[in-house]
Parts: sequence; C-alpha cells; structure tokens
Amino acid sequence: MVSAAATAGLAAVDPPAPVSVGDDVPHSRPGRSLIRLQGVHKAYSNGTVALRDVDLEIGQHEFVSLLGPSGCGKSTVLRLIAGLGDLSAGQIEWPLSRVDAGGSPDRDLGFVFQEPTLMPWATVFDNVFLPLRLAGKSRRAMRDQVEEALAMVHLEGFANAYPRELSGGMKMRVSIARALVTRPKVLLMDEPFAALDEITRFKLNNDLLRLWQDNSFTVIFVTHSVYESVYLSQRIVVMAARPGRVIADARIGAAYPRDDSFRTSDAYNRYCREISESLHRAMEPPA
Amino acid sequence: MTAVDTAPAAVQPDDLDSAPVFATAPKRWTETTWARVGIPILIGILFIGLWEVLVYALGIRRFVLPRPSMIAVALVEHFGSLMASLWYTLKVTFVAFGLALVGGVALAILFVQSRVIELALFPYAVILQVTPVVAIAPIVLIWTGLDNVYLALLILAWIVAFFPILSNMVLGLRSADHNLINLFQLYGASRWQILRRLQLPSSLPYLLGGMKISGGLALIGAVVAEFVSFSGGESGIAWRIIESGNRLETERMFAALILLSAAGVTIFMVLHGLQHLALRKWHESALKREN
Repeated sequence: MVSAAATAGLAAVDPPAPVSVGDDVPHSRPGRSLIRLQGVHKAYSNGTVALRDVDLEIGQHEFVSLLGPSGCGKSTVLRLIAGLGDLSAGQIEWPLSRVDAGGSPDRDLGFVFQEPTLMPWATVFDNVFLPLRLAGKSRRAMRDQVEEALAMVHLEGFANAYPRELSGGMKMRVSIARALVTRPKVLLMDEPFAALDEITRFKLNNDLLRLWQDNSFTVIFVTHSVYESVYLSQRIVVMAARPGRVIADARIGAAYPRDDSFRTSDAYNRYCREISESLHRAMEPPA
Repeated sequence: MTAVDTAPAAVQPDDLDSAPVFATAPKRWTETTWARVGIPILIGILFIGLWEVLVYALGIRRFVLPRPSMIAVALVEHFGSLMASLWYTLKVTFVAFGLALVGGVALAILFVQSRVIELALFPYAVILQVTPVVAIAPIVLIWTGLDNVYLALLILAWIVAFFPILSNMVLGLRSADHNLINLFQLYGASRWQILRRLQLPSSLPYLLGGMKISGGLALIGAVVAEFVSFSGGESGIAWRIIESGNRLETERMFAALILLSAAGVTIFMVLHGLQHLALRKWHESALKREN
C-alpha cells in the first residue's frame, strides 16, 4: 500500500522556489497549472499584512494542503482564490478557464467552510440545491443531480431532514455535497473537519480521498493539523505568520489509495516528523 | 434516546449520536400541564370569591368597587354594544398593525440595501418612537379634522406599532450568517437572490418577535388615541370606558376592561401561534432538549 516514494519527500525551501511536479505522483499533469498565484500580497485597512509575496501553482487534479499556524494567512489564500476579497498586489490566474466579458475567470469551484454553513430553514435537499438554484436551474430538472451529490456523501434518505436534526459530521457531509453538486473543477476546503471528533474526522478523511480519486477535481485543503495534511495530500504548502508567507513546499509521495495502514506506517511517521520540523521553523521569528 | 423523525433509510450510528430531537409526537396532557392551567384558575376563583365577599361585608359602594357578580351581569347586559365598540377599536388595531408590518419590513429592507437611506431616516424613526403618542395625538387630530377621527386613530396606532417591526427587521436582515453571504457571492447571487433566499429567511425569527410586541402595542396605541381624541359619531371601547366613568357605571367599565384584556390576550396568542408554526421545524427556540 505504501509506496517506496517515502524517500522522495521534502524540499524545504526559503524563499520558496517554483514547484516542479514530479512524475512519481499518479494524478498530476506536469506543466498544466489550473491556478497560478503570482506575488500575491494582501494587507488589511488597519495595516496588518496578511500575505506577502505568495507564489503558488496548483495543477489539475492535485490534492494540496495549506498548513500553518493561525494567522499565517492560509484561509486568506483560499478566500482570494475563491474571489472573496481583493488582492493588494499580484495576481491570481486561471490559465485553463474561460474569461467572461467582465474580465474575471470562470472559477468553477466549490467551497467548504469550517462551519457547515447550512441554511437552517431549508431541508438538506434545498441546501444542496442552492448553488444550482442561484444559477437559475429548476428544481425538477436538477433533482437527480442533487440526489447524486447526496449519495456521494452517503446521505441518501436524508433529503427532507432539516440541518438541526443532523449531527456535526452529517452536516459537514451536506456541506460537501453542496460544494460538489455543480461538479466543480476545484474544491476549496477551509479546515472543514477541525470541529469534529477524531473518529468522524478519520471517516470523512477517507470519504474525501475516495471522492477525489473517483472524480477529476482538484482539492485545496486548509488545515493546522500536520497529521491530517500528510494523510490526505500529495503536496503540503507550509506557511508562516507575521507576515503570512510560504516557507516550504513539500511532496508526500505515498501512493493512493491510502487507508488506515498508511496512517500507522513508518513512512507516514517520517513524513509527519519532517513536516512538523518545517512547521517549527515556521513558528520561529524571522531572522 | 435519540431519534431522527424522518425515519432515514441509511442510518450511520457513529454519526448520529449528538443529533437533537424535535418534538413531533402529540403532546400528552401531563401533570405539569394541569398545574400550569389549574393553579392560575384556582387562584383566580379564590381572588374573585374573596372580592365578592369583602365588598359585600365591608359595604363598599357600587360605583367605587362593584362586586364581580354585578360586573358579570353588566357584561351580559351590555355585551352587544360593548362588542360593537370593541370591534371598532380592533379594526383600527388590525389595520394599523398591517400597515406597520408592511411599512416596517419595507423600510427595513431599504435601510439594509442603502446605508445612505438608513443614515438619513433612522434618527427620525427613533424620534417618532420616543415621543409619547399622547403628546402627538392633538396635532394629528387637528390635521385629520374632527370629522375624520378614524384616520387619526389609525395614524397614532401605526406610529406606536411601527418601530418594533422596523428595528427588529433591520437587526434580522443584518444577522444573516456571514459565511452564507460569502457562499451566495461565490455562486454569483444577485442582491435580490441574497435578499430573497438568505436575508429574509434569516430575519423571520426577529420579525415574528417584533410582531408579537407590535401587535400588543397597536391595540394600546388605538386605545390611547381614542382616549385623547374621543368625540365624533363613531366610538371605540375606550370611549365606552370614559362614558361609563362619567356616569359612574363602574361595573360597565370593568366589563369593557375585561373584553379589552381578552382581545389583547387573543392577539398575543395568535401571533405566538404563528411564530411557533413558522419556526418549529428549524429554529433554535423551537428545540426541545432533554437536559
């Protein structure tokens, strides 16, 4: 199950160099960036610099984690990619996407927040249907597509339940179904499982990996957990705070599918240790 | 212990543990319900009995404090004319409440859409609210003319009922979950879609809370306005109270009061029921917890 690629691994770099996507990773396609961040700078009106000079390329069907302490701007990166908020400097390109008349790219993404962020007055079906409804689609025409999204997260039979009737893990599943219902190219996830208990989190980790393998979307996953990022990702972008910046870009070479035997393997431990070390460097004050 | 009332097909036991329970089973007539209804009734009967006996024993004069039995007789005797008067007052109340609801919601939506409009108008809404309606009544009456008292009553009751709706609705519209707003923006939702699909449903609990306050206030406003402007051909329940006072028919005064209170309680209960119906499926306030 665990590939010998444990020897590949880590290229901790400071300042970050452009990432070259290796051939050892089955899902990536070299040279075909889906999203390209160049010199991205974000300062708030109170003077706080949230991000300084972030360069990042994300390929098609990659699984990338943004890892770092709180305040390192990893969620800000995610929101900027989603088009929420303006850049202070730099640019975010979508080389493979169409550009509309107003000059903004067709982003084609789904977003999962840290909270399930469901509409409490609407049923599970209506919550998942929301992105399609906002796009002007009719409920009747989209019924199958919504039900398919619910089936993907194992929530068949819950279409008419209200969010309050569901447990935390189930609400998060609804949130994931809503993000996937439009069949997006990119799934952005902002610490989606941080509030869940460990057993539920492991289960959702596995479900997420299965969905990613079965479909062709890219995942950009924000987390502060070394263990979660190593378990899930092909690639981990380590960030540091004050100001928010990228300090390392590491590859996790272990093959997919990954399961609980990977979680307990030596290779997994070694990756975790290496990532932890670069994270500790991130916590130290800049020289 | 825990159950989901939709009887799901694919239950995942490890995932269901902390799901809260909504009460959907028919309510049982329990001991506590008996206590909640029975004890106040018992207290009421005792109080009325004591009143009857004391007034009789102490020889208190009828026009100072009539016995409950006399009030009951007056209530039956004058029921027709009192109900007609009450209906007049209630018409003012309902129309004023309806206009307050429409106006308050519309203005709140306007405020939330445009900061400039809010800055321009909100202070005046506050001034209208904090100035006692009794003090405004004479000038409103002059403007409408004494032959148009109904319109004056309507305006005065509306002023009182309007503000709770406006301020609660503004608060409600602003309370929409920020992440949900982001989500709507992400999917390119228009302002109208955000209003219709997110802000209006989010504000519903606030609006219903405001309506409960405002419904009672509309009745109070109508009665106070009648007191200040009593004259003219038509007459509401407040006018009956003043008339009875002038004639020292104190028992008729009490009878009118009883009807007025009953009307107020009914308005409250109807709005309370509406709130329950609208929120029982999803809102925190309708949730039954076992601890």
